[in-house]
Amino acid sequence: MENIGAIAILLAFCFAIYAVLASVTGKVKRKPKLVVSGERAVYAIWFLLTTASAMLVYALIIGDFRLSYVASHSNRAMPILYKFSAWWGGMEGSLLLWAWILSSYSALVVFTNRRKFQDMMPYVIGILMTVQAFFLFLIAFPENPFQVLAVGKGVTEVPDGQGLNPLLQYWTMAIHPPMLYLGYVGFTIPFAFAIASLITRQAGDAWIHTTRRWTIITWGFQSTGILLGAGWAYAVLGWGGYWGWDPVENASLLPWITATAFLHSVMMQEKKGMMKVWNMVLISSTFFLCIFGTFLTRSGIVGSVHAFAQSPIGKYFVIFLACGIAAVIYLILDRLDYLKSEAQLESVISRESSFLFNNLILLASCFAVLWGTIFPVISEAVTGEKISVDAPFYNRVNVPIGLFLMLLTGVGPLIAWRRSSIESLKKAFLIPSVVGLAVMAGLVIGGVRHFYATVSLGLCAFVTATILIEFYKGSRAISKRTQQNLLMAAVELTHRNTRRYGGYIVHLAMVMLFIGFTGAAFNKDGTHDVRVGDKFTIGRYDLKIRDLLDGDNENYSWRKALVDIEVNGKHIGTLEPEQRMYKASRQPTSEVAIRRRLNEDLYLNFAGVTNDGKNLAIIQSYVFPLVTWIWVGFYVLIFGTLVCLVPPKVKMQYLRTETVGVVEKHAPVTQ
Amino acid sequence: MNTYVKFGGLMTIIVGTLAWLGFSGVNETKTYYKTVAELDGMKDEARAKRLRVAGDVAPGSIVRKGKEVEFLLTQESKTLKVIYTGSDPLPDTFRDSAQAVADGRLGEDGVFKASRIQAKCASKYEAKPGGGQKPANSYGAADRQS
Repeated sequence: MENIGAIAILLAFCFAIYAVLASVTGKVKRKPKLVVSGERAVYAIWFLLTTASAMLVYALIIGDFRLSYVASHSNRAMPILYKFSAWWGGMEGSLLLWAWILSSYSALVVFTNRRKFQDMMPYVIGILMTVQAFFLFLIAFPENPFQVLAVGKGVTEVPDGQGLNPLLQYWTMAIHPPMLYLGYVGFTIPFAFAIASLITRQAGDAWIHTTRRWTIITWGFQSTGILLGAGWAYAVLGWGGYWGWDPVENASLLPWITATAFLHSVMMQEKKGMMKVWNMVLISSTFFLCIFGTFLTRSGIVGSVHAFAQSPIGKYFVIFLACGIAAVIYLILDRLDYLKSEAQLESVISRESSFLFNNLILLASCFAVLWGTIFPVISEAVTGEKISVDAPFYNRVNVPIGLFLMLLTGVGPLIAWRRSSIESLKKAFLIPSVVGLAVMAGLVIGGVRHFYATVSLGLCAFVTATILIEFYKGSRAISKRTQQNLLMAAVELTHRNTRRYGGYIVHLAMVMLFIGFTGAAFNKDGTHDVRVGDKFTIGRYDLKIRDLLDGDNENYSWRKALVDIEVNGKHIGTLEPEQRMYKASRQPTSEVAIRRRLNEDLYLNFAGVTNDGKNLAIIQSYVFPLVTWIWVGFYVLIFGTLVCLVPPKVKMQYLRTETVGVVEKHAPVTQ
Repeated sequence: MNTYVKFGGLMTIIVGTLAWLGFSGVNETKTYYKTVAELDGMKDEARAKRLRVAGDVAPGSIVRKGKEVEFLLTQESKTLKVIYTGSDPLPDTFRDSAQAVADGRLGEDGVFKASRIQAKCASKYEAKPGGGQKPANSYGAADRQS
């Protein structure tokens, strides 16, 4: 059975190379049949990788511990969901998932575009399959998931596996990696189209229209992946935070930042024909940062709590990245003529300029995060001393960037294209500014002395006001005409231009995320060694230890505390923080207890038992104000992204009527 | 062209501010990686810097008392006494024989005051079957006596 899986991977590797050669030669030598055979190879790869994945999942579920991968990531006692998710719980399997997702995306792209873009498609296939071949090389040779343990030759029979790392036995962790991979891998598609359009010297922006949906969907997956990871860290790791600026977290954030910049700057290209080179650079950076992230997690180059074990595959990634980046730089420089801007920047106070600032700021943030992440590597190379930077560095740079972005989120969508007069600005921003300033004043009067937190919440109010006013104005106009009520009119309004109003909803989600982040300025914590009956206080809560228990089941043994919570003498609930020791992996985990509310979370962690002879339970208590808004924002973000994907009721014609100098003959019609 | 000049000016201001924030941030938070052996050789200058020391947690040396956790970090037969005083809970992976990384400063008394501890099992996420076998421990009397 493992042979079928291994052979499928090997065959898929050969097919990927074939697909590259067949598509490109078929195109260059004008042999349509060869091109078609390249397309078929893409489908074949999907079939082969699906087979291989099914084999691996089957082996994990039945517990075929002859396989090295199964023995180290599954065990008999594990629930079936986690047996399945062990597919991506380790290095080899996660690379197989990467390859499988890419093959599925590729098959989908080839199928939906099979009659379109005759010029471009062979190259799109060529690029996709080059990436595919690289990942298949990794799982066919250095990291084969179907490695068999040499039972009988030095290794005795393996009766049970090690089990999936218990920290990963949590539902969000079961779906966090696939979400992140769906995001990581998805950016390969717009990248392939962008580069194919460069290779074939396409003057227009067909690649942007074709891949817009891909980019939005992929961005949605990436956001979901990142936020699920944050939610997991918060609820499982037991340190009370959701983001630690760890190299692996940063690796997932970097392509997200460039992708966000890309989503905004493509609008400049669509509407004004500007920033063409820039968009090429952004989409390529996003793709390479995705590969870089995959590399960072797997090479052991920077120490991280999340990293997979060290492995020799790092060098292959370095070679792949270096060749890829060099090729893209060459292509862009060689074809600069096709990427000429069609319009000029006219005023500093214009929509164009707000997009430029948005991009500048996002890129600065991306650069700072990247710099911090690889700082130990750079400093070691330059000074010989390994120096790392910490969370305070990232916060210092990224907090002001975040606030400025928040400001632009409010300002950008309301400024006119080309230029805006001061009068129109006053009109548009009077109410939001008053609302924002009122909130800030209220906070200061209320006793808040934290500068960034005050500004942040003020800006959040400002942006919320601008968005609500946009919805209100549009809906009122519709409801006057159609006699609908405002709510129905708002739905109608959104439906007419889903991309714009969906975008506003995503902006609103960002506001909620920022409210959640800002809450961290007011966190409280405490640690207490307690026995049954002890009392302590955190924030407005009085806590009392009602009981301390321990026990045992077949997967793990546990101990926990029952903690009664009172506010002003009134009992409001009981929390049960728990600590577990998993038997198969002999690893302890904390099961924190959280009382989630919109205003603040109460968070208890059973940190252990003192071993100074008194055997007291160590309970860590935290109050995290506003943190729930992050998770609320997450749902709103998904909703907004989905709205963007709904086809608009009114087909927009983005006529580039306002271009200066160049006359556009064929205005692109977007869907 | 005037617009571009204005624009360039604004961009320079923004990028300059951020660069300044970044550089001062690096200087304030940079942490030097040192081994336990290296620390031994540089008593005085070591105290001025934020350090990150890696090593293995000596088995049986973890003592939890009050808010502090004491343990010994060993590396190539050198040992370093570490007191953890941070407010974050210690990671689940922090236990006897784990590889641990302590961030903090070296005190006058030669004791390392750590504000942050990271730890990973001998091979995190990729435990090798058959490697480092140890009887499965559970929370019973034995664990509490240790």
